[in-house]
Amino acid sequence: MANNGFEQPVFKIQSDEMQRLLDALRQNGYRTLGPIIKDEAIVYDEISTVGDLPRGWTDEQGPASYRLVKRNDDAYFGFNVPAQSWKKFLYPSERELFRVRRDSRVQSPSENRESSLKYAFIGVRPCELKAISIQDRVFTSTEYKDESYSGIRHGLFIVAVNCTSSGDDCFCASMKTGPMAKRHFDLSLTEVIAPSEHYFLVEHGNELGASFVRGLNATEASEAEMNVAGDLIERAGKQTRRIEIDRTPELLSARLDHPEWNVVAKKCLTCGNCTLVCPTCFCSTVEDTTDLIGSFATRRRKWDSCFTLDFAKVAGGNFRMTSRSRYRQWVTHKLSTWVEQFGTLGCVGCGRCITWCPVGIDIISEVQKITET
Amino acid sequence: MQSHDLTGSLHNHPFLKDMDQELISTLTSCASNVVFLEGRYLFHEGEDAKTFYLLRAGRVALEAGASERGQIRIQTLGPGEVLGWSWLIAPYRWHFDAYAVEQVHAFAIDATCLREKSETDWHFGYEMLRRFSEVLERRLEATRLQLLDVYGTSRGEKSEKF
Amino acid sequence: MTETLIEAEEKVADPLLPTFAFIKRVIWETDDTFTLFVDSPAINGRLFSFRPGQFNMVYAFGSGESAISISSDPSRPSVIAHTIHKVGTVTTSLSSLRRGDMIGIRGPFGAGWPIDRAVGKDVCIVTGGIGIAPLRPAIYSLIKRRAEFGRIIILYGARSPLDLLYRVELEAWSKVPNVEVIVTVDRGDSSWKGHIGVVTNLFSYVKVESQDTIAMVCGPEIMMKFTVEELQRRGFENDQIFLSLERNMKCGIGLCGHCQLGPKFICKDGPVFQLSDVSHLLEKKEV
Repeated sequence: MANNGFEQPVFKIQSDEMQRLLDALRQNGYRTLGPIIKDEAIVYDEISTVGDLPRGWTDEQGPASYRLVKRNDDAYFGFNVPAQSWKKFLYPSERELFRVRRDSRVQSPSENRESSLKYAFIGVRPCELKAISIQDRVFTSTEYKDESYSGIRHGLFIVAVNCTSSGDDCFCASMKTGPMAKRHFDLSLTEVIAPSEHYFLVEHGNELGASFVRGLNATEASEAEMNVAGDLIERAGKQTRRIEIDRTPELLSARLDHPEWNVVAKKCLTCGNCTLVCPTCFCSTVEDTTDLIGSFATRRRKWDSCFTLDFAKVAGGNFRMTSRSRYRQWVTHKLSTWVEQFGTLGCVGCGRCITWCPVGIDIISEVQKITET
Repeated sequence: MQSHDLTGSLHNHPFLKDMDQELISTLTSCASNVVFLEGRYLFHEGEDAKTFYLLRAGRVALEAGASERGQIRIQTLGPGEVLGWSWLIAPYRWHFDAYAVEQVHAFAIDATCLREKSETDWHFGYEMLRRFSEVLERRLEATRLQLLDVYGTSRGEKSEKF
Repeated sequence: MTETLIEAEEKVADPLLPTFAFIKRVIWETDDTFTLFVDSPAINGRLFSFRPGQFNMVYAFGSGESAISISSDPSRPSVIAHTIHKVGTVTTSLSSLRRGDMIGIRGPFGAGWPIDRAVGKDVCIVTGGIGIAPLRPAIYSLIKRRAEFGRIIILYGARSPLDLLYRVELEAWSKVPNVEVIVTVDRGDSSWKGHIGVVTNLFSYVKVESQDTIAMVCGPEIMMKFTVEELQRRGFENDQIFLSLERNMKCGIGLCGHCQLGPKFICKDGPVFQLSDVSHLLEKKEV
């Protein structure tokens, strides 16, 4: 194997085979989800044809800045990361937990409604694959599993897409989560636009993935083609935004009193945008309601954010009153305490928290200030 | 009260733990053994602080007379503890009433005697002051904790949904 | 599927769904604290059983859930008790319930008191306010196995004489051989013959040796902080001191993120912790 990062066997399909792949997945009962353009942003939603993909568009991202820009080619996956991650499908922002009548007869939501769901994610970036594997640990590796997550996750088919460019907020390379997907996928694509042809290299991660490759017009990829794709991926990994991650967990937990926490707290609006767009943030709260005559009650689970004032509130007080402590909780959780909890960092370097922070707080530069001074 | 009888007992009081025999003898010369029946006052607010007590048995309540609210009990003291330090600081007057909740056995130390000895024997005076500072520090700490009203979330302020 | 972390799971009931249980009895311990006794429900087809120090998520119809320590005797699991301080919406809803009403229960959750580690040792229990509730099952267990332990010292502080919980039990425990019970209140009146002063003052009246002693502490965090200082002054090491901590909890099973204290989830790593595992986290503010 040449040093292009690919592992045999690698296949090649022409770009118009994408539709055949979508069709095959849908014929096999999968709901195909992928990137589309909506509200002037690229977001993940249901797709049925390749025409739904944001072909020829890219995004420009920076702190507190996001906009779509036309590309000068027809790339299907020529953008970076969409606003929201796949989290919204695996772990919906709101879910009814149960309904109960006043006589206490529980009307549990239809038994295992999620286990019958079959989603196919089209275009999962390597950083997002890592995020999914992190949430797998959070929700399914401990004594109590999240049944809903497990159900959806069980039926999931993943088509990864390797990155051939990087956004200005991306830092997957230094987080060692990208730009190339190595595992946790069923199929992995690399999009190449050569002067004469527009094709994808295709790897499969398991037999299920392989069975879909067999249904495509695929040829074996040449060494040269792998080298071309490998070069594109390698170039995407040359990111200017970097974090020295190895000592960060230890340094952050040792510097809970660093003055920078106060400085950043003055900027932070505690809006919680970063936690909503973060592909690994998993905190939730519950909401209890009754109907008007009080004959039945409903309990819903909703995404929560450690930035909300009520997050650490108890009957006798509040453990995190200040925005300083709430910002610090989020950063130290992502980049430090998560390791002890789940054996992995809670950050994958997708950069969404930087892009979608309304005041442009940059987690990298904050961590640098705290760990390097 | 024979002072040589007291020396041995004084030695066992926690307040005087590990004190030099010589200093204990000095203290003993100012000490006497006292008993207060249940319901008696050891002293009242405003009176001259002529004694302090090393409690051996029983319980004493410190009370503040708060006119329209009656007597308020601030703290109780029991065996092994020290009662009173107003003798130490001019103008040597008690700030609270001390009430025997139960029959109290104590060593009473004569303050005038003690002040005189402290003035002439600075080593003794320093040792007493050092031990009193510790008591004061602990009691101040306890008072601060009491002030925090740590169990007090229910009364008055209502907290939000748990 | 790919090499994911998901394995074929055995089918168990959703831990987020409460099981409903009938209230057998309601006892008002003080004017704002009450104990609900319920017929313990079968959970996942198994009879309910718990370890001292564990808690349940108790659900009041339509109002929500509150994390409540189980306060009854673990050797009698057919009826379980929750002693509840009426402070918020959920606990106020629970306070209006009567015999025959139902509550939802999820649990038992969390790590309990180190009863077995205390075998052959003295046990020093220091508790304040409602903090005695999670310790009551531990005290029942210690006394049931009386011969296996050395001295049992119970120091308990409350706000006022009217706020004292479990007066009958305290009285009964004090009569058990080699069990010392000392009670104090922060605010007394002339009808109160007992101690007045904070719970840490009680160390003056009892001989507590650090050697071969396990300390179990539960109360408001500030009270525990002062107690820990007092224990350390007496030579206790942090691995001899156990605390039960309180944080906001929504799920009770480590999935909602609310109860984190640094890397710890209070609900599943605690609520009872060995002090040496959390002291560095409690020293910092707002972790």
